Amino acid sequence: MHQIMSSTALWYASRATGVVSLVLLSAVMIIGILVNRQGRLPGLPRFAVLGLHRNLSLLAVAFVAVHVLTAVADSYVSISLAAIVIPFVSAYEPLWLGLGAVSLDLMAAIIVTSLLRRHLGRRTWRAVHWLAYASWPVAVVHSVFSSKDLQSGPLLYLALACIAAVIGALAWRVARARAAIPRAGRVPGLMGDPSALARAGDR
Amino acid sequence: MSAMTASSTLPEESPAGGLPRLLPPPGRRGDLASHLAAHGPVPYRGQARALIPEVRAAGLTGRGGAAFPVHRKLETVAAARPGRAVVVGNGAEGEPASHKDQALLRLAPHLVLDGLQLAAEAVGAGRAVLYVRRDVRARARLDDQISQRSARGLDRAAVELVSAPARFLAGEESALASLVSGTAAVPRFTPPRVFERGVDGRPTLVQNVETLAHLALIARYGPDWFRSVGTPDEPGTMLCTLSRADGSVNVAEAIIGTPLASLLDSPGASAVLVGGYHGAWVPADRVPWLTLSNAALRPAGAFTGAGVLAALPADRCGVVESARVARYLALESAGQCGPCLNGLPSIAAAMGELSGLTSEGGWGGGRADPRVLDNLGRWAGLVEGRGACHHPDGTVRFLRSALQVFADEVRQHLQGRCTAASGAAFLPVPAGPSAEEDWS
Amino acid sequence: MNTPRLRVNPIACSGHGLCAELLPELISLDEWGYPVIAGQAVPPRLAREARRAVTDCPALALRLVPSPAPGRGPAPAGRPGAAR
Repeated sequence: MHQIMSSTALWYASRATGVVSLVLLSAVMIIGILVNRQGRLPGLPRFAVLGLHRNLSLLAVAFVAVHVLTAVADSYVSISLAAIVIPFVSAYEPLWLGLGAVSLDLMAAIIVTSLLRRHLGRRTWRAVHWLAYASWPVAVVHSVFSSKDLQSGPLLYLALACIAAVIGALAWRVARARAAIPRAGRVPGLMGDPSALARAGDR
Repeated sequence: MSAMTASSTLPEESPAGGLPRLLPPPGRRGDLASHLAAHGPVPYRGQARALIPEVRAAGLTGRGGAAFPVHRKLETVAAARPGRAVVVGNGAEGEPASHKDQALLRLAPHLVLDGLQLAAEAVGAGRAVLYVRRDVRARARLDDQISQRSARGLDRAAVELVSAPARFLAGEESALASLVSGTAAVPRFTPPRVFERGVDGRPTLVQNVETLAHLALIARYGPDWFRSVGTPDEPGTMLCTLSRADGSVNVAEAIIGTPLASLLDSPGASAVLVGGYHGAWVPADRVPWLTLSNAALRPAGAFTGAGVLAALPADRCGVVESARVARYLALESAGQCGPCLNGLPSIAAAMGELSGLTSEGGWGGGRADPRVLDNLGRWAGLVEGRGACHHPDGTVRFLRSALQVFADEVRQHLQGRCTAASGAAFLPVPAGPSAEEDWS
Repeated sequence: MNTPRLRVNPIACSGHGLCAELLPELISLDEWGYPVIAGQAVPPRLAREARRAVTDCPALALRLVPSPAPGRGPAPAGRPGAAR
């Protein structure tokens, strides 16, 4: 009985930290999407926004670490250590868990390159960082399907809220990017209105 | 082909005055047969680097505007592995007031092509490119001339023709390397300069087509011949585009050190633009004291640049003309760097306010606010040196000289008057890109 | 690296402005939001902040270069408009 209970505790811990990870990762995505060029979050200096983005992602890593380790430690279902990083090799739900491993692998690449960004060069760092747009949706699919938790009740609404928030942020940024004239083509417009020139920036 | 050193014989027609050298004398055509009859085949040296000491002795500097010593560029690029370097003859001539490169490619293309071959040999290049304005007929002519040469086995390196977009910055060396590499013709951040990493990441020698033509003659007739005219610090000749106050424009070859007044004999001019749209204005009463050399022009705030000498008629207003050019230069910004993208349009709009320039292009009347001058000064200081290329710097140099030389006209405009009798544009200002993103 | 200087790649820079917040002693923003960098060497007491600004620039546009600057190379009269 005790064994089953501690196993259940580990299983619950994994599921709970999984939910928190999803929320944190969604927040990281939203900050990363919204803060672009000269935009800022109201009330916060720019370096604080960057700090928030970075700290939330490191916090997410901590929660993801607990999430995967408790899942492995728990004996209720069979998930090997290897399954954390190698997709589709676990005995339990190989597909949905495997997607978790995929997301984790991408996250690891993003985090490592970000820690080393000064030495990598702009293009390399950016290319890997863009994998976030793959890592997050894969994490969402993994979250929704590897257990039934997010498929009903309050957790379903939480999941939908996270998804809606990220999609909303993305839609807003895409709309702004579409409306923005590419830099080189902006010059003729800037010539027309002298008073606009002082306010113009790379918005 | 055996190695040839500089011949001691002089060119076939070598009048006492030393001219012309590049441009063919009247009566001689620019075709291959005439070129071979006058100059003989390409005087290859037979190995890389062999030509460079002669170029150093000749003191040849670039004729594209920067006047950089050619031998130093050759030495740097020649350090690359054999076959790795790229040589590009730059005939883009994005400067609207300059026509010398087009004229040279039309009248003496084979000198340019000879020079390209010699430069390719000197640096051990694996690829040779001729970068020219997007003009269908001119390009077809060049294509034909290149085929004739290769049919005769004159060229050791195959020459690729690449068309440049019709933009002011298309001739900038990193923009050029960018386009030849297959991306947009916009300047890149330096370092590394193109002679370290240029086309496809390879060390690239970029030389103006006129420079290559001079190189072709130095290789035949030697450094002493090259130095026989000109000044000790600035030897040789250069091509100039002369625009007179009466509207006539021609390209002429001049010995460096020639008095400007004898080159640009233009009564009725109030000022002369020297160098081009990144150059400087010089008042007409100073012209008699100036010669075509950087040594003489630097104290006057100017430099020879790409050899543009454009006289402003006295019945035009220098402020209005300069404002029109400023607008053009702002539109020609690549738009990559914040200070240039924002600053040049601000400056151009301020010049527009000062000059009362209307969208139709003439003076619209009205009194300019003196604060415009403060803004101009501030913005000029803000853009200088803060772009990836020298476009903002050159624009500021041009406008500072305009405000200084045309100070009287500025005062008139501040009082709501303009001295111009005619509002028509004098300096050539192209209509602008047909497509917003026409950088390729 | 003796007496490094700060240099910005103006093409990569998109005016985020973090650098000016982290290093106001050496970097200020112009009226369009782009960094104006004092040309002098970074004093040792600011070296850590300077390194942080370089690492934190979202566009990785800021760099520390050794003095004297390699800069844009020779030809101060360089004229991109004319064919070079």
